[in-house]
Amino acid sequence: MKGNEAVAESAIRAGCRCFFGYPITPQTELAAYMSKRMGKEGGVYLQAESEIAAINMVYGAAAAGARAMTSSSSPGISLKGEGISYMAGADRPGVIVNIQRGGPGLGGIQPSQADYWQATRATGHGDFHVIVLAPSTVQEMADEVYGAFDLADTYRTPVMILGDGMLGQMMEPVVLPEPRDASALPAKPWATTGHHDAREHNIVNSLYLKPDELERTNFERFERYETIKANEQRAETFQVEDADIVIVAFGACARIARSAVNKAREKGIKVGLIRPITLWPYPVSAIEEVVGGAKAFLVVEMNMGQMVDDVRLAVNGRKPVAFFGRAGGIIPTPLEVLDEVERLAESVGAPGTATVSATEGGAR
Amino acid sequence: MKTIFERPKSLTDKQFSYCPGCTHGITHRLVAETLDELGIEGKTIGIAPVGCSVMAYEFFACDMVQAAHGRAPAVATGLKRVLPESVVFSYQGDGDLASIGMAETVHAATRGEKITVIFINNAIYGMTGGQMAPTSLPGQVTQTSPFGRNPDNDGFPIRVCELLSTLDGVALAQRVSVDTPRNIRAAKKAIKKAFEYQIDGVGYTIIEVVSTCPTNWGMSPDKAMDWLRDKMLPYYPLGVYKDVKADGFANVAEAAAARLAATTPEPEVAEGGEE
Repeated sequence: MKGNEAVAESAIRAGCRCFFGYPITPQTELAAYMSKRMGKEGGVYLQAESEIAAINMVYGAAAAGARAMTSSSSPGISLKGEGISYMAGADRPGVIVNIQRGGPGLGGIQPSQADYWQATRATGHGDFHVIVLAPSTVQEMADEVYGAFDLADTYRTPVMILGDGMLGQMMEPVVLPEPRDASALPAKPWATTGHHDAREHNIVNSLYLKPDELERTNFERFERYETIKANEQRAETFQVEDADIVIVAFGACARIARSAVNKAREKGIKVGLIRPITLWPYPVSAIEEVVGGAKAFLVVEMNMGQMVDDVRLAVNGRKPVAFFGRAGGIIPTPLEVLDEVERLAESVGAPGTATVSATEGGAR
Repeated sequence: MKTIFERPKSLTDKQFSYCPGCTHGITHRLVAETLDELGIEGKTIGIAPVGCSVMAYEFFACDMVQAAHGRAPAVATGLKRVLPESVVFSYQGDGDLASIGMAETVHAATRGEKITVIFINNAIYGMTGGQMAPTSLPGQVTQTSPFGRNPDNDGFPIRVCELLSTLDGVALAQRVSVDTPRNIRAAKKAIKKAFEYQIDGVGYTIIEVVSTCPTNWGMSPDKAMDWLRDKMLPYYPLGVYKDVKADGFANVAEAAAARLAATTPEPEVAEGGEE
């Protein structure tokens, strides 16, 4: 199954009954899949007039209590920023999928991770975060979107799946999650479904003209963010226990980094990998666990260096943090990453480097 | 004792925040009376826009959603598609509906979304302090057209009902005013009809209410009513611009099919064959 299709099918199985989209490469298959399937599930598929309209339809559907979703790729996500901010401001759940491509501007259509800052720092205006999940395989595309709807409902927040053109387009075997029982989904007493003379009128709103009221909503939201940080950080680690060099990479890039780890280990360099799965909240505890033992960190991204900021914040000057990235839709090769690992290992005096490693490694 | 006048049940007790002579209050009341008379407040969701009526969620007693500037038709679409049995209306000003939200407006209309749009056209941006609107008249002085709107530079005002009436999804497009008791009664009738069409699934409905903004026009309330009549109504004539039921159709689909049939030429030549 293609990554884009796995996301779509899994979302439906998670109880998503509303999809609003707008055509853009390389997320096209996702919307196309939804257009075929949603009607059969008794759900709503609608091609909106713009990305702006699509996210506002999600806002409306979320206000009505539905599990709703939209998907796009980088330039389209910029347009959705307004609506995501309103959803965050009104504390409405929803899922946004970004199958990233190279930028800025119209950029290109090849895979990229250049929207990391946008996703984790500034999806829209105002003081807010969205939960950001970064799958690395087609299986994870399915699993993460399935869980995303629960996270969105639990914390009443937009959740973003940050994929890329490679994950969206690649085909891998996938075990799809079991369809959710629609009647077992969380109740939403706040939804604007019509009060039917049974309760006070519900209001979905992000306007607070009195500064103290607006500040209070921000404080409340950030208290919730602390809970999310405490409960939802996730990362996968690979061979970090004895690692001198710890690579940090997410999404498709982590697959390449993993190959580089294996190649470096063959050369006797002790390299490990941390793969953040949640980009917000950032898995700082995974970094914290290895920062004592590691000699240096190498952040590998398909951009000019964005997540490296979060690694530097987590490492906080205790160890050197180097960066290697390719931009514009170019995917780094494992050998390129290996070169960087070797250079870094040499500079920090990690055993098993360069010529020494060749001799010792061979003798073992 | 017999009650001969009271506050509509579909309005809350909250005092309106509108300026003296502003017609928002009248139009709010007409919408609320309609919800009361049709007994639909409990299944109605209103969309408040950005603009002077941004606080409409505090005034209407039904469930309310506040939308981003111009996006009310998209938000309404999301709500109505999830809750097809509900009644959804948006309440939007001219800057919201005809400038920043024109794409959402046109597409909700052409999709025939079963929603009701109450469109307040007062030819100015009220809440931000009186800037030129897409419906400001040629020559009209505003904060951002200090020498008068110059069509050479600023283009012409948009006549929304005329524009939308060309779209197949539109069931009812009518322009009303609330400047006289007679016009208020006509406006009420039109608003009620729009909600009835929505409930009957006829199609998209819009009622444009030619309105005043004495504060930003820089006029007393009575002078503002005069200006509305003398200046606005010639540019924005009151009337029904589209009414598919009055045209003899049950809904927009029937009307669209009839329009297509009427404009399709008789098939004189057979369609081109295979090459």
